[in-house]
Amino acid sequence: MSSNITSSGTSKRHFLSKEWLIEQKSLIALIVLIAVVSVLNEYFFTIDNILNILRQTSVIAILAAGMTLVILTAGIDLSVGSILALCGAFAASMISLEIPVLIAVPVSLLGGAVLGSMAGLIISKGKVQAFIATLVMMTLLRGVTMVYTDGRPISTGFTDVADSFAWFGTGYMFGIPVPVWLMIFVFAGIWYLLNHTRFGRYVYALGGNESATKLSGINVDRIKIGVYSICGLLSALAGIIITSRLSSAQPTAGMGYELDAIAAVVVGGTSLAGGRGYIMGTLIGALIIGVLNNALNLLDVSSYFQMIVKAAVILLAVLVDNKNK
Amino acid sequence: MKQPILQLNNINKSFPGVKALDGACLNVYPGQVMALLGENGAGKSTLMKVITGIYSLDEGEIRYQDKVVSFNGPRESQKAGISIIHQELNLLPELTIAENIFLGREVTNRFGAINWSLMFEQADLLLKRLKVKHKSSTPLNELSLGEQQMVEIAKALSFESKVIIMDEPTDALTDSEVDSLFVVINELRDEGYGIVYISHRLKEIFEVCDDITVLRDGKFIAEKTVASMDEDTLIELMVGRRLDEQYPRIASTHGTVCLEVKELYAKATHGVSFTLNHGEILGVSGLMGAGRTELMKVIYGALARESGDIILNGQVINPSSSLQALNHGIAYISEDRKGDGLVLGLSVKDNMSLCALKDLSKGWQLDHQAEATSVNDFIRLFNIKTPSMNQIIGNLSGGNQQKVAIAKGLMTKPKVLILDEPTRGVDVGAKKEIYQLINKFKAEGMSIILVSSEMPEVLGMSDRILVMHQGQISGEFSAKEADQEKLMACAVGKNNNEVAA
Repeated sequence: MSSNITSSGTSKRHFLSKEWLIEQKSLIALIVLIAVVSVLNEYFFTIDNILNILRQTSVIAILAAGMTLVILTAGIDLSVGSILALCGAFAASMISLEIPVLIAVPVSLLGGAVLGSMAGLIISKGKVQAFIATLVMMTLLRGVTMVYTDGRPISTGFTDVADSFAWFGTGYMFGIPVPVWLMIFVFAGIWYLLNHTRFGRYVYALGGNESATKLSGINVDRIKIGVYSICGLLSALAGIIITSRLSSAQPTAGMGYELDAIAAVVVGGTSLAGGRGYIMGTLIGALIIGVLNNALNLLDVSSYFQMIVKAAVILLAVLVDNKNK
Repeated sequence: MKQPILQLNNINKSFPGVKALDGACLNVYPGQVMALLGENGAGKSTLMKVITGIYSLDEGEIRYQDKVVSFNGPRESQKAGISIIHQELNLLPELTIAENIFLGREVTNRFGAINWSLMFEQADLLLKRLKVKHKSSTPLNELSLGEQQMVEIAKALSFESKVIIMDEPTDALTDSEVDSLFVVINELRDEGYGIVYISHRLKEIFEVCDDITVLRDGKFIAEKTVASMDEDTLIELMVGRRLDEQYPRIASTHGTVCLEVKELYAKATHGVSFTLNHGEILGVSGLMGAGRTELMKVIYGALARESGDIILNGQVINPSSSLQALNHGIAYISEDRKGDGLVLGLSVKDNMSLCALKDLSKGWQLDHQAEATSVNDFIRLFNIKTPSMNQIIGNLSGGNQQKVAIAKGLMTKPKVLILDEPTRGVDVGAKKEIYQLINKFKAEGMSIILVSSEMPEVLGMSDRILVMHQGQISGEFSAKEADQEKLMACAVGKNNNEVAA
């Protein structure tokens, strides 16, 4: 298992050597951040708070996992927040109609994948830039959500079905919140996909050089549709978690989340130019942002000022990343 | 001997794990053309980057006009009068010639607005000096590559450079463009410029250079006058060993027809028919733009076919995608490694196995063990110099990159191997290794199409030679009857051999 994190092609590094430290800088930054905040606030490093941070991070982290795939192909997906809202609303209305969870959830997930694949189709077959195609999808799907919900929240209701649906956002397994488990499964799955399947290899190749990948006999359109579908599916999963947690779907849910997800990917060391990066970096990136949000709250920093601090941290992370290239 | 205008003494430069330069020296004399030679990876490019200050040097000194200097980047060195014309031209195709020449130093009036008429006037003067037949208000993308090169030279002259360094300037030029480049180089020499000429093409060195500096493994090997050298001793200096024969041809055992192309029409292919036998090397010669690469890409399914048939072992295959062609056993190695041949940011392993991953997986899961084994086999078989299979391929020299590209095609176990310019940008030593590999495949019964602009290569390696001109086959020769003059005549379309319609 030596090639896990460095599968983008760097040669093997020795544990704790200088190169290793440079490569693991986002992890080190996370540890330093945790250490500093732990000293400043005694409540921070408690099991309760750690689980709290992980749960709060899970939604952005799951979005960022899908976003990592897309960005590795040198694309971008701005529609994740809108897919989250639409699929969340869709799931909420199915639950309110007492459609069983085992049907409602897979159908919503499938819906997310289909919406994602539409963006993928526009990008690959229609030869539209990913930014434009997903900007269109973002606006379109937010509009559809508004029309569908009439601008009002959709409650999941007070039925047994709604109670079992609430498990996704509020439940616990072995003392750990369900959204955190979902996050772990998603990252394990994407890690497997990127490092142990042909599809994953093709994702890196496509992002590194599209024409060379095409000339190698690889159906790049299929890979593109694939990554946007997965990204859409994970957006729907994030929507289910949020809806479940609040017992209702908000029409404005997930607004601006696409930027948080992109920030997590970039802080995690994945190149926006494509072809270079790793999924575990994204998890760390999402955690850095999550810990930062939590810490600023604990330290009583006003929410207005929080945005400024967050921007500074993201900029710093990207600058350090560039310097070591 | 004259006093050098630019002098590099005992330059050392190390990168983590590699000593790129180890006592490298170079003298540039005013009014002379100095050839800088060495295999890929000998340190030529590093040395150029040390001169311009892109890399700082670890030891040694740079003396320019009798003063020790150190530059902090190309801008400074250019200002001081040292211009480098890179292999890949640094020009902006959408701008006019004049804008390109004066980029960043536009002629302005005192309010900062560009004084177009004055700028065009000055640029026109430079173009006139280089005998370029365009007005400086022409957009650059209307110029041929050779003319664009002239614009780079004009830019160098506009800095009032005293030293002009040209890195592989003829790589993308047609023969007539090369000739006019040489005329300009000769004029510049007579006007007293110091010129450094970096090239892999030994013939050109003997044609245009006065002196030769040879580097090997970052070390200074020799400085000689061209008059005192011949090609063989020069190659020996470069590779440090004697290459007995450049083209190790093996006798062909003519088999039956393997691939047949019938009346093929496509965008840049106009009615091409030919056959390729089992165990044969078919050379395809022609000038740049003759439609050779396009033809090969149609056969490989990467470009659309309009009409005609591609028949493999008696079966019409007409591939409509590269995947289909690969599945039928046709592999194509691109002429353009950087463009569509390799994914430079990925590792040697990832590149090499890219086409063959299906055979290297169990179900949808990659079989890392099988992949590593077969990649390492090829690394050994091809003598690819890389620290490990996980090395990023962009860090390898051109020759080693090319070997990986060929290995990538071979991993699919092809019946027909199409090699498009397999030795472009590859140094002499690796070239011969590649030739030996090609012969090995041939001996194993593989059918090979060798597309090359280097006539000696086509003549030396092929059993049969096709010449293309304007998307058609303008001549076909057996290895015995072919010579450079005949090929050239067909390549320029002189004796219009009409192919039977």
